[in-house]
Amino acid sequence: MDNFYKFNKERNVTYSPTGFGKIYTDPDADKAREYFRDQKPRKMVEKTTSVDQAVKDLINDGDYIGIGGFGANRTPVAVLHEVVRQKKKSLGLAGHTATHDFQILVAGNCVDRCDAAYIVGLEARGLSKIARKAVESGAIDITEWTNAALTWRYKAAAMGVSFLPVRCMLGTDTEKYSASVEMECPFTGAKYLAVPALYPDVGIIHVHRADVYGNCQIDGIMIADQDLARASRRLIITTERLVPNEVIRRDPSSTVIPYFLVDAVIEVPYGGYPGNVAYEYFSDEAHLRDWLQAERDPDTFAEFLERHIYGVKDFNGYLETIGGLKRLQELSIQENLIEK
Amino acid sequence: MEYNDMELMICLASRYLEDNSIVVVGTGAPCAAAMLSQKVYSPRLMIMFEAGGIGPLLPSMPISVGDSRTFYRALVAGSMPEVMETCQRGLVDYTFLGGAQIDQFGNINSTMVGTDHKNPKVRFPGSGGANDLASFCWKTMMITPQDPKRFTEKIDFITTPGYLTGPGAREEAGLPPDSGPYKVITNLCVIGFDDDTKRMQVESIHPGIEKEKIIENTGFELLWADDLSVSDPPSDEELRCLREEVDPYRYIIGRS
Repeated sequence: MDNFYKFNKERNVTYSPTGFGKIYTDPDADKAREYFRDQKPRKMVEKTTSVDQAVKDLINDGDYIGIGGFGANRTPVAVLHEVVRQKKKSLGLAGHTATHDFQILVAGNCVDRCDAAYIVGLEARGLSKIARKAVESGAIDITEWTNAALTWRYKAAAMGVSFLPVRCMLGTDTEKYSASVEMECPFTGAKYLAVPALYPDVGIIHVHRADVYGNCQIDGIMIADQDLARASRRLIITTERLVPNEVIRRDPSSTVIPYFLVDAVIEVPYGGYPGNVAYEYFSDEAHLRDWLQAERDPDTFAEFLERHIYGVKDFNGYLETIGGLKRLQELSIQENLIEK
Repeated sequence: MEYNDMELMICLASRYLEDNSIVVVGTGAPCAAAMLSQKVYSPRLMIMFEAGGIGPLLPSMPISVGDSRTFYRALVAGSMPEVMETCQRGLVDYTFLGGAQIDQFGNINSTMVGTDHKNPKVRFPGSGGANDLASFCWKTMMITPQDPKRFTEKIDFITTPGYLTGPGAREEAGLPPDSGPYKVITNLCVIGFDDDTKRMQVESIHPGIEKEKIIENTGFELLWADDLSVSDPPSDEELRCLREEVDPYRYIIGRS
């Protein structure tokens, strides 16, 4: 509750929140406008860098981050590994469809607060023991939301407004442990739930194609990335491949993130591994199973993290540990349903 | 043909999805039921996934509601807001949910076991899209095994709204009118909801199951339909299609 009132006290507004949950980010649209006016580059300049440099420069301890994709689908895994390697601390997280991404950040003890719509599980693959423990012990502070609520919180921010009225969560404990406010429609009198805009300090998104300026194209479903990109104060893009600007201009209807939203671009082939990247490679289910298995014993898991994250220099090093190109080719064949 | 509990539940669930309607499903049994329905009963059933897949020609069971199978040769590779807004607009007829606990009004817990939200005994994933789908879709269905721990008088956390505290409660809370739980399909019976009380009411009992067994496996008092019947067992055609076309590797049906 403290945080919720902190933002309100600053501007002398009294809300009566219907939820007990904390609000971790300031929904103020004018403060965001000011930031976007002063801090977002308008000039189309080259923004390519390395993963470790981008994490050093753009992610600070204590920041609140939003992760693109859907758990283990088009997730920016290379950046998350680097966040763990650089031992970033006290991060806030939008736990929107968070599965393997949450698991990685918990493994590095990077997160201390979370807006939770979906956490601690990996869908049909099962629950993550370490992620569960981190939440059950109270080590991570939780405010409850739903997938739609978090999606629309990004959308409010992307629209440049401080809240949106929605019709989910009403009447449930999910509402009670959220940081939403019940309101009445001024036109119809209908009851709505106001959800606050979510402006992450840093958004991290993996895409199929980007040019050096940060114009990005994504193939397949967008999940919430078009809004996350617009809501984020700073935005890190990893891309399967860098392409010439003319490739973007040839097919502008596929461009979902324009350069002026982007702060850093890094070419990371297979950057979504061990997740699925549509039309590129399927998820490595064997490796994800190994993760879940290793978590059951602390020593085994420490070794596992040493082998795959701490003991390697960068993401390419990680890909070597899982079988390199040979394994990645298998996943590509699996993704594209090629019969051999 | 012989069948197991999971096959029975999937076959029964598939019969409730009308042709030319829209369903949002997750992975696992619900997806299998929708695929089976498309192949046997409702070829023009439109399947959507919350991450953005709309109208795929599913080549196999997805592992994730956002994996590439969920929009394989789809009509639209959309987005989560697009699908959720379609639900909120009132265009989606059915959804299927699961959960750790369910009460007599069809409220579902998938968040935690325990009484202290800060230190839960067991933490589960939370709502995901479940609360949204149950708030917005016209008819919510569940496929779940039935036991007294799961079917309980008081659930520890209402993650997802059923009929909340009874008649009129959803509307009072601000949820869209005329939406709510429709069927709960278990390994023992098919349960609907009584119009007057919005409480669970058994509609049909699966072949070979005693009424007593259902009572023993439910932590609250069930209502019984006047025209209580015996569930039609899976047909040979349903089972053949389920085993050969929907889930040939028995990812879902092999588990039970």
